[in-house]
Amino acid sequence: MQAPREGTAACSPLGQGAGAWKEKELPRAAFPLAYLHCLLAPVKEANEQAKLQVEGGFLIPYIIMLVVEGMPLLYLELAVGQRMRQGSIGAWNTISPYLRGVGIASVVVSFFLSMYYNVINAWAFWYLFHSFQDPLPWSSCPLNSNLTSYDEECEKASSTQYFWYRKTLNISPSIEENGGIQWEQALCLILAWLVVYLCILRGTESTGKVVYVTASLPYCVLIIYLVRGLTLHGAINGLAYMFTPKIEQLANPQTWINAATQIFFSLGLGFGSLIAFASYNEPSNNCQKHAIIVSLINSSTSIFASIVTFSIYGFKATFNYENCINKVILLLTNTFDLEDGFLTPGNLEETKDYLASAYPTEYSKIFPDIKNCSLESELDTAVQGTGLSFIVYTEAIKNMEVSQLWSVLYFVMLLMLGIGSMLGNTAAILTPLTDSNTISSRLPKEAISGLVCLISCAIGLVFTMEAGNYWFDIFNDYAATLSLLLIVLVETIAICYVYGLKRFENDLQVMTGCKPNWYWKIIWAFVSPLLIIGLFIFYLTDYILKGTLQYQAWDATQGQLVTRDYPNYALAVIGLLVASSTMCIPLVALGTFIMNRWKKGKTVSV
Amino acid sequence: MSSLRTKGKEMRDIYLNEIILKGFYSDRMLVALLPALSLVTVIHAQLCQPGAKDAFKVRLSLKTALGDKAYTWNENEEYLFKAMVAFSIRTFSSREKIEISNVLLCNVTKRVSFWFVVTDPSENQTVPAGEVQGAIRMNRNRINNAFILNDQTLEFLEIPATLGPPTEPSTPIWVIIFSVVFCLVIVGIVLLIVSGIRQRRRKSKASTEMTDVEDKCETMVTIENGIPCDTLDSKEGRTNRAFAAGDEKLTPL
Repeated sequence: MQAPREGTAACSPLGQGAGAWKEKELPRAAFPLAYLHCLLAPVKEANEQAKLQVEGGFLIPYIIMLVVEGMPLLYLELAVGQRMRQGSIGAWNTISPYLRGVGIASVVVSFFLSMYYNVINAWAFWYLFHSFQDPLPWSSCPLNSNLTSYDEECEKASSTQYFWYRKTLNISPSIEENGGIQWEQALCLILAWLVVYLCILRGTESTGKVVYVTASLPYCVLIIYLVRGLTLHGAINGLAYMFTPKIEQLANPQTWINAATQIFFSLGLGFGSLIAFASYNEPSNNCQKHAIIVSLINSSTSIFASIVTFSIYGFKATFNYENCINKVILLLTNTFDLEDGFLTPGNLEETKDYLASAYPTEYSKIFPDIKNCSLESELDTAVQGTGLSFIVYTEAIKNMEVSQLWSVLYFVMLLMLGIGSMLGNTAAILTPLTDSNTISSRLPKEAISGLVCLISCAIGLVFTMEAGNYWFDIFNDYAATLSLLLIVLVETIAICYVYGLKRFENDLQVMTGCKPNWYWKIIWAFVSPLLIIGLFIFYLTDYILKGTLQYQAWDATQGQLVTRDYPNYALAVIGLLVASSTMCIPLVALGTFIMNRWKKGKTVSV
Repeated sequence: MSSLRTKGKEMRDIYLNEIILKGFYSDRMLVALLPALSLVTVIHAQLCQPGAKDAFKVRLSLKTALGDKAYTWNENEEYLFKAMVAFSIRTFSSREKIEISNVLLCNVTKRVSFWFVVTDPSENQTVPAGEVQGAIRMNRNRINNAFILNDQTLEFLEIPATLGPPTEPSTPIWVIIFSVVFCLVIVGIVLLIVSGIRQRRRKSKASTEMTDVEDKCETMVTIENGIPCDTLDSKEGRTNRAFAAGDEKLTPL
């Protein structure tokens, strides 16, 4: 399951807060910037998209899925919000009281998201604080105990991987070995929560001001990085790789599924934020135009961020490729005592053949060590999950000049995006609490926010243990994915079949003055539900075929990731995560049904 | 005429004999000296061989290190090398009698690489490998500098270089920056909470003053067409019962 979530939450900052229950607290000026955050979601996903491209052909399925899935669902959510003029729970309540669970499920998903998402900010803080050293701590390996060579684990892996897995996470070999809490990470996590608390302390009024900074700064950094990235040696290779479609990968259904999931999360569908955004619009606002513009800006930001990512990726791959070639040259020069400087990348191949024929015995001895260096394979190396942001970028940054500056810029940008996302998540949890009279009458706003931050921070300390990264991956992969798919599926079916597509169409015509044309209607009624059901079936069959869910564990002795099976209690936690948000929908429907029966029974008996 | 010829022949014969005899004598000298000379070279050749006891291989990468400014490896450079090794052994190993001629070099390739071994004339054998290794390790920096090379470009195979650990300040830098940011955030939070409390106190004071004014206002009710309008409760919002969802029948598609 590779649905990227780092982009999702970025799209839902203020919407969730306002979206859940109340409307009026959101200052109008912050609203377009909240949209901006939605558009910045792709910045983080550019990292994920690098992985997409790495698995083959990205632009074509991405654009097709955007047109077929992204735009229509975005239009749907905006239209619902504009029509119902309420946040997500209220809007679904209006459509049908049985569907109130949809809004509640969104809030539950936000709660899970806020629990684990701040750990990313903690890591970003850790790297940011370490970026002020010269040389950067991840640029070289530490020495072993007798100072004769480098640390063994670091030699087998690379120095950036060592810094991530050993110095930052101090990761244990498997999820069963819990280890203790890493105090450095715990401190950074506490700091991250304090920063979030500082921003949400005063409620959405202060959040609005913070969004100005957190939304605009990443764009500036991205532009700076674009200029730097394109001037790097080897960036062209990365860009060429990004833009050349791989025809054989297009035939692979996995590519299309990844693109569909990608679009899904990049637009932030299913969080209720879009409904909330749209509820502020004038009823006569042309939300169709809005939807198209937003998704186009979203995808162009996506492509812009991908250009930056791929140019840096190309630089890293070219650097590693040239290193590899130099290592082979050194090996051959030393073994055959050739003149220093005789072997160049140009004559390497023919010299290898000559040596193989002239000195077959010695050549066969060193043959296993001669790696076939290829730029393609360097570009193809995929890194999983959050590792991409921290390992690949730091590896590229350490080879740039003035690497401290680039490192600080990059992690500041990552922090801005992360904190922006966290603001929305916590606002989503806080608004129902501050609105309910029982709690808000007893405790002031600041105390409620403080309590929420404290509880989430305490739970988040689990992710700072030695096995914490494995639990983080569980939350990252399973907390939001299936639930959001289900929420959007229910939304589409609710609008088309429960509320009535004709009725919805008429509402839109009354509101905006133009009817949605046949393209939208067909996609809402048939294509999107089928697509989402298809995604569901795919994930389920994937799970059934594999038999059990697996994860990547870091093996310190080999210096690389190995695949292991989840133990039973981890599977139970996964099941609980998925069930607790998806079950909201049927349970609330059932509850409403029973309440109505009971009420009817009461009125009849009276 | 024939007598002349015979005389010439005789002269030639004598001449040839002289040469042969001379050669015979010089050969003899050579043959006498040969064992002595060959003994020395053979001993040297035996001591300094690839893989010999107490011998080390050295590898230089001049072009990689110096590029265009690379010097050519010739006998003078070899002399310098022998001098550095002899110096190291004299200083760090307590053998005071080692001379430059005791350091033997052989098998110089174009790489540039060669083997060397150190002999001790007083004991008439090679200096043990451990001593040579220790002496060179201690003096590695000066040897490197003499050739304007570094640990990677002047390699002594089987003599690992002592790598310099990165300098660590007494307080890690990240702790300093972390503390600064932490304090700033705490100060910010405290300021906001305190100002929030103050604002609330001011509001509650103002509202107690306002309640007297409001008591009079409450009696003012908007009247339209003789029907009093309900005052809007701005906090709660207003549900329009005309749109009550309730038991509404679900519409078909």
